Amino acid sequence: MKLRLLAAALAATVVLPLGIANAADLEVTHWWTSGGEAAAVAELAKAFDATGNHWVDGAIAGSGGTARPIMVSRITGGDPMGATQFNHGRQAEELVQAGLMRDLTDVATKENWKEIIKPSSLLDSCTIDGKIYCAPVNIHSWQWLWLSNAAFKTAGVDVPKNWDEFVASAPALEKAGIVPLAVGGQPWQSAGAFDVLMVAIAGKDTFNKVFGDKDEAVAAGPEIAKVFKAADDARKMSKGSNVQDWNQATNLVITGKAGGQIMGDWAQGEFQLAGQKAGTDYTCLPGLGVNEIISTGGDAFYFPLLKDAEKSKAQEVLASTLLNPKTQVAFNLKKGSLPVRGDVDLAAANDCMKKGLDILAKGNVIQGTDQLLSADSQKQKEDLFSEFFASSMTPEDAQKRFAEIIASAD
Amino acid sequence: MAEVVTLNNSSAKASTATKPVAGPRGKKPRPMLSPRNIMIYGALLFAAAYYLLPLYVMVVTSLKGMPEIRLGNIFSPPVEITFEPWVKAWATACTGLNCDGLSRGFWNSVRITIPSTVISIAIASVNGYALANWRFKGADLFFTILIVGAFIPYQVMIYPIVIVLREMGLYGSLTGLIIVHTIFGMPILTLLFRNYFTSLPEELFKAARVDGAGFWTIYFKIMLPMSLPIFVVAMILQVTGIWNDFLFGVVFTRPEYYPMTVQLNNIVNSVQGVKEYNVNMAATILTGAVPLIVYFVSGRLFVRGIAAGAVKG
Amino acid sequence: MTGQANAGRPNQLLRNLNAKIASIPMILTAVVIFLGGTVWTVVYSFTNSKLLPRLSFVGLDQYERLWAAPRWLVSIQNLAIYGVFSLIFSLVIGFLLAALMDQKIRFENTFRTIFLYPFALSFIVTGLVWQWVLNPEFGVQSVVRSLGWSSFTFDPLYNSNIVIYGILIAALWQGTGLVMCLMLAGLRGIDEDIWKAARVDGIPMWKTYLFIIIPMMRAVFITTLVIIASGIVKVYDLVVAQTSGGPGISSEVPAKYVYDYMFQAQNLGQGFAASTMMLITVAIIIVPWAYLEFGGRKRG
Repeated sequence: MKLRLLAAALAATVVLPLGIANAADLEVTHWWTSGGEAAAVAELAKAFDATGNHWVDGAIAGSGGTARPIMVSRITGGDPMGATQFNHGRQAEELVQAGLMRDLTDVATKENWKEIIKPSSLLDSCTIDGKIYCAPVNIHSWQWLWLSNAAFKTAGVDVPKNWDEFVASAPALEKAGIVPLAVGGQPWQSAGAFDVLMVAIAGKDTFNKVFGDKDEAVAAGPEIAKVFKAADDARKMSKGSNVQDWNQATNLVITGKAGGQIMGDWAQGEFQLAGQKAGTDYTCLPGLGVNEIISTGGDAFYFPLLKDAEKSKAQEVLASTLLNPKTQVAFNLKKGSLPVRGDVDLAAANDCMKKGLDILAKGNVIQGTDQLLSADSQKQKEDLFSEFFASSMTPEDAQKRFAEIIASAD
Repeated sequence: MAEVVTLNNSSAKASTATKPVAGPRGKKPRPMLSPRNIMIYGALLFAAAYYLLPLYVMVVTSLKGMPEIRLGNIFSPPVEITFEPWVKAWATACTGLNCDGLSRGFWNSVRITIPSTVISIAIASVNGYALANWRFKGADLFFTILIVGAFIPYQVMIYPIVIVLREMGLYGSLTGLIIVHTIFGMPILTLLFRNYFTSLPEELFKAARVDGAGFWTIYFKIMLPMSLPIFVVAMILQVTGIWNDFLFGVVFTRPEYYPMTVQLNNIVNSVQGVKEYNVNMAATILTGAVPLIVYFVSGRLFVRGIAAGAVKG
Repeated sequence: MTGQANAGRPNQLLRNLNAKIASIPMILTAVVIFLGGTVWTVVYSFTNSKLLPRLSFVGLDQYERLWAAPRWLVSIQNLAIYGVFSLIFSLVIGFLLAALMDQKIRFENTFRTIFLYPFALSFIVTGLVWQWVLNPEFGVQSVVRSLGWSSFTFDPLYNSNIVIYGILIAALWQGTGLVMCLMLAGLRGIDEDIWKAARVDGIPMWKTYLFIIIPMMRAVFITTLVIIASGIVKVYDLVVAQTSGGPGISSEVPAKYVYDYMFQAQNLGQGFAASTMMLITVAIIIVPWAYLEFGGRKRG
């Protein structure tokens, strides 16, 4: 509560008309507004404020689609914020090329980011022409199946241990009036679920061939056909979800109205907030219990080039704060994501996060689709899968269109 | 003095014509329960139900607690009335780390709406006046472009305007936002004013010209005093449009100027666990309150304003 | 043209100088923003601009891709359905309500306020409320079912085939009040004598409306048409608030395609190509009409 008051007080200071703002006020924009996310951001703000600077929160709700045009307009319009969230990968590439973003190489060298950030692909995604432009804050993996233990109890079947068992248990769930698989209406959810199915069913190599090499032949081939069959199952199981937001879908699982949900590890924050315990109240299956491989996308902060020297200094402080081991632990525990450095102690992590850490330690990782594909190709994929999940398009037709998207992907 | 007479005549005509009693339809009043009346009132009441239903749902929902919402149907009146959602929507709802609800944006909305409304109407009324009474070569072409401009989706114009404002050094400032509102209000407002001034008796204008009055004298001394109704119409349209704007407010300013709709969006779109429908509804009503009050207060003038000539071509 | 009564001034440019000076904001808006912005958009629609506008031309690639995209085709189709119905129903409902209001009724002010108040609310709010009313679990469907009719199904927002009509219901709720006011004002502007004459001639009321009154209200209909039609082309917020284009892509509209591809997909070129198609369509319909309507005619 104290923090909230502090934040309110801070907000009050910026509302003052353009006065001589405290030089170390740094406005940070992001789209983390769900319960778990907001709690995690509070940790970042707390850590930054402890350095004597001030985190001025610029949250814009409604996911990246609403927030990103605002961020980009402000950076290109010449009135940039102090720092901003992007899914790192290729979203900010052009802003960097246009010379609008700040080079963090000095901070990164001083703090030895190259050594501490694991896996190194995270830092690679921040690197353009040998210079580092962003600070990764977490690793998010998509490949999780969240199951409601209560729902399966009601249906009178055992909690499944993998995707096939889950599909087999669907009729029992339906009989009990439970939606087997919750899928929200936002397009990125169905597209993401498909990517997860691909890793689980067709394996890591196929995934890399399709999204990494953009191999059209593989995308049109028999391995991917199997994935589309599975997506067809998922589609049938998701009938009746009737929600939009991902966390409303998660909420269906939390309340036992749905059997399960394919969603990234950020769903964990919602279970935690609802006071549920991994293992007893809900079950998590990384890689859908088939292929225990996780992707390592994530969030990163970018720092626009500022004229104000004081603020530029504060940017450096923020960048190093974000990667501070203590901040990393506090933030990621709340967010349900994994820390970007391998040398921090996550003893407080719950079962699911520990599973994730194990997989990470074993190196069973792939790059996220945000890193492999341009936003444009991602959007086309989203259009395809949101249509697929809501219509009766045949898997064969969908695969044909999928192969076309891969063929023209960049 | 000829023009004064005409002036009185025409304004008298305008005002009597719009008094409900002067409405020309129908024959003599007849007993309330005639079949014709039953049909008319029946249809009106049916329509009224359709228009009122959502408002009813909003108000009722905003007065319920979450457990009640989950159980009951949306049309049932609250069993236990609570103002908690209203307090929360106004003062404590969170987005990210800012937990001061809608209150943070209210004054910003006022600061944006008042100057934008005044300036856009001032400019559009002069435009309309020039188009109606002082046509010059090319004026019609510009006006046609303007009308076509009314059909351009705002989103398309974001980048060009960001560039223009950046070059003018106004990006991120309140002035910049006011200019944007003026630009996008201009097509419809200019059309309204042009139609209105065209409908005023031509003799007025001619007589004033003969007396040697110029562009501005005629505008301020003759046109303006006769134009209250149309100014009310323009004011209502602009207050509503600007107050409800989200896109421009968020794209062209910086956070300290964000209008109330930004908080509304944040409250409605940040789902913390479950959707708090009661808070959403309270926030919705609170945000809509200002234009609603403007409507309730000046609704009568609205029809009169349009009737007084805004729609005569 | 009245303003030019002061003939005899030699210099064309100086004629109506004050009017020209006063029109500078309008001219700047028309030329710099609307015309300039449009030309800018069209030029960049031939490039492969991604996140930032960049002048690297790719010919008609963006257009080829646009017309091959199923989502764009669905959007166009939806806009056509939405546009036609929205236009017809707005005018019909608006006119009928206005005609009813014009029957010397009691409580006119109350009714007018009831019909008009939704216009004070934004599309975001409208979408939110109707999403709530049409939600099958809480809204109309569940209420009717709880009354005993258990097979009753009314879930337009979750049914791909009729979702666009669900949006239409909300749009009409928000917009018809204004149309009603415009029409009512038009009716009030018509001379009492016309009615008297029609009555003397024994023309039935519906015929009087259809063949005498409506043709006399041409200007009202034109103003109304501009307001309704420009709203239809730009429809965006309502769809976002109500369905986000779903289920699947079944309620997508062109303005949303433009926005999503400009900002979510970071493919400005594609977004500009889509908006150019929208602009061209609008221009083909509007320009000749607007020029005839506002250009050629003399005052009065």
